[in-house]
Amino acid sequence: MFRYYLKLGWLSIRSNPLLSLLMVAAIAVGIGASMTTITVNYTMSNNPIPQKSDQLFYVQLDNWDPNSDPEDGFEPPDQVTYTDAMALMNAGKAFRQVASNRSGLVLEPENPDERPFMVDTRNTWADFFPMFETPFLYGGGWDDNADKNLEQVVVLSREINEQVFGGEDSVGKSVRLNGMDFRVVGVLDEWLPMPKFYDVTNNPFDVPEEIFIPFNVAVEYELPRNGNTNCWKPSDGDGFEAFKASECVWIQFWAELRNESEKQEYMQFLNAYVEEQKTLGRFPRPLNNRLDDVMEWMEHEEIVEEDARVMMGLSLLFLVVCLLNTIGLLLAKFMRKTGDISVRRALGARKSDLFTQHMIEAGMIGLGGGVLGVGLTLLGLKGIEVLFGEFVENLVGMDWVMVMTAIGLAILSALLAGLYPTWQTVRIMPASQLKTQ
Amino acid sequence: MMRNKTGAILIALQMAVTLAIMVNAISIIQERKTAMERPTGIDEPNIFFVSSNSFAPDFNEEVTIREDLAAIRSMPGVVNAIQSNSVPLLGGGWSMGLQTEPGAEIEGTGVAVYFVDEHALDTYDLELVAGENFSESDVGWRERSDTSWPDRTILTKAMAEAMFPDDWRSALGATVYINDDEPVTVIGIVDRMQAAWNGWSGVERTMLVPQHTLFGSTRYIIRTEPGMRDQLMPQVEEMLANSNKDRIVRNMQTMDETRERSYRGDSSMIKMLTFTVILLLLITSLGIVGLASFSVSRRTKQIGTRRALGASKGAIAQYFMLENLLISAAGVVIGAAMAIGLNMALVEAFDVDPGSLIILVPAAMLVLVVIGQLAVLGPARRAAKVPPAVATRTI
Repeated sequence: MFRYYLKLGWLSIRSNPLLSLLMVAAIAVGIGASMTTITVNYTMSNNPIPQKSDQLFYVQLDNWDPNSDPEDGFEPPDQVTYTDAMALMNAGKAFRQVASNRSGLVLEPENPDERPFMVDTRNTWADFFPMFETPFLYGGGWDDNADKNLEQVVVLSREINEQVFGGEDSVGKSVRLNGMDFRVVGVLDEWLPMPKFYDVTNNPFDVPEEIFIPFNVAVEYELPRNGNTNCWKPSDGDGFEAFKASECVWIQFWAELRNESEKQEYMQFLNAYVEEQKTLGRFPRPLNNRLDDVMEWMEHEEIVEEDARVMMGLSLLFLVVCLLNTIGLLLAKFMRKTGDISVRRALGARKSDLFTQHMIEAGMIGLGGGVLGVGLTLLGLKGIEVLFGEFVENLVGMDWVMVMTAIGLAILSALLAGLYPTWQTVRIMPASQLKTQ
Repeated sequence: MMRNKTGAILIALQMAVTLAIMVNAISIIQERKTAMERPTGIDEPNIFFVSSNSFAPDFNEEVTIREDLAAIRSMPGVVNAIQSNSVPLLGGGWSMGLQTEPGAEIEGTGVAVYFVDEHALDTYDLELVAGENFSESDVGWRERSDTSWPDRTILTKAMAEAMFPDDWRSALGATVYINDDEPVTVIGIVDRMQAAWNGWSGVERTMLVPQHTLFGSTRYIIRTEPGMRDQLMPQVEEMLANSNKDRIVRNMQTMDETRERSYRGDSSMIKMLTFTVILLLLITSLGIVGLASFSVSRRTKQIGTRRALGASKGAIAQYFMLENLLISAAGVVIGAAMAIGLNMALVEAFDVDPGSLIILVPAAMLVLVVIGQLAVLGPARRAAKVPPAVATRTI
């Protein structure tokens, strides 16, 4: 029966190609517009590390200004100070922990004819690699001793390894950064956490850094910092030592806590630490430490762009217009067939048969609209990439989930749109239309 | 019309939602356009900048900056040049708070900081509306981790107004405090200069600080004579790259490019929303054409009968036009309410500017009614062409 209805639907669609095309186009445009914006929002709110996102916690300590406007609700700052980062690293109370910040260094190729160039770097700790499960092509991360002993080691991204070493196994080779030699211990494979959750204080949709070096080395040699630095009071005196001791925040701190009890223990540890610091005259505000897991932190930082959400809302309304359009057109189409329907009813077809038949026809139109809509979505995403440029490069890919969602949404929309017209159609009394023949 | 209520309701609803989307899209477009039209206060068409990053451990930054500036300023076609930490619209910069009374408990007024020398006014083409420029002896050197501040500054008028709301002129000569209690004297006020962040509510609150920075990476901002910019850019880049091999010269950019990048999100939103509105109107008018055609073909016999009974072609066309007018009127009235509701929701959920709906809503209502009439024109004409003889057939 289903195949027969498919055939009937196909005949019906072909019998009035212009009207059918208009309906398919209306659904396709609505799907195209809404799926374009849904895809962007979906990627922005993606879980970048689903296997352990509930075990990774972003640490916030409230060392901020007691005199700031209380209307801001005393939110703790979104990074931590050097003093606190080092205290938490040295305490080592979590299963794994990482303090890191962004930087930019100059890489001098061995070949003197090649010009030196800037690379994005991250100053970090040994735990970074196992904690965030970075894939390695060659070698691996460094160990705790490298952090302690200020070893000048480096992990390269796959791209930079291709650029500098032509993609070969460069472990053991040397890279010259800001006039210092670093020994390669590992080369990452393709790694693109989206969003770049471990540091959302810079562009959260950027690619990971190209080079990773030990945090302690960067501090020891006072290598430049690139990320955001926020201070609420001046440091006591000039110089880097004073800056390190200041209340300026510039470091992101992550802790890996494998279960609820570890999390609670860690929170107790943080609170005890801050209470202790309070006795030294720091942390003037009331105790307000936070531990957010990855998705909570993404939510808290509102990394889904406001514009993206506004556009998604408007495009969903757009889909509503397209559906209202389709309802009207389907109604027109089905009403034209009242003669056929009366005949079929008179010949014994049940209402439910006719209902199924017409819903299948609507579904077919939806399928057509969905397939075309996926095409339009790809076009729309291309358009967004052209408009916004490199900033959205990583946001405009469509995965299978999104393709299936698009087609599913299209069919669902068409079925919804078909509901009322079909209902109207099957109500036709068998005799009413036969009379005029 | 009442016989086919559903068709009419569908069109009215479609027009209503269309209106709601249209009004809010245009409202957002207007908001973005206004933001983009704000002037930076500097001579954008003739300014470009380039950054220089040192990497050798024994690099003498102070000497390099002196030599670079002297060399750039002496190039023919260059009006003037400075070294600074940032430029308007760049996106990254330095901010501080200034207060009129000393004390840690006082909340300062946020201000964007540009470290410059006495050539800044000329390089940016800023208009000094009160006081005087820095002199050469005011300008000092700042290490990355220095925390103390020089005792003289030039503010923008917007900053002076924010600190001295009664009379911005009283800012001139006044002592303001930075870092809670370090006194700074305001020696001059410039008309306008934007901060590096276009989304900041205090975008025109800027202070100039007479210091060269020794931060390892720096920017040279260069103003050329009109028409000389594109020619000078490669020359400056080459000159800098060749004069000192221990640094990287990169990110050369014109202010025009900076503006484009800075407002890229906004201009893209404008394009997307414009496209959406056009597409929407197209879909809606196609829907009206479709349903009107359907209604005409269903009523062919009725039209024939009316024609046979003496109705003129014009009367038939008018009937369909009037029918559409009634439906549109209902649609746009519902739509106006929906538009205002949606606007309130947007303002509530996001920091969207409420916009001037008083003009926008009636204008959009009018446009939609006209579009509705245009869309129904074709089907109405076809209806008018139905010959009276149809009435005699099949019945």
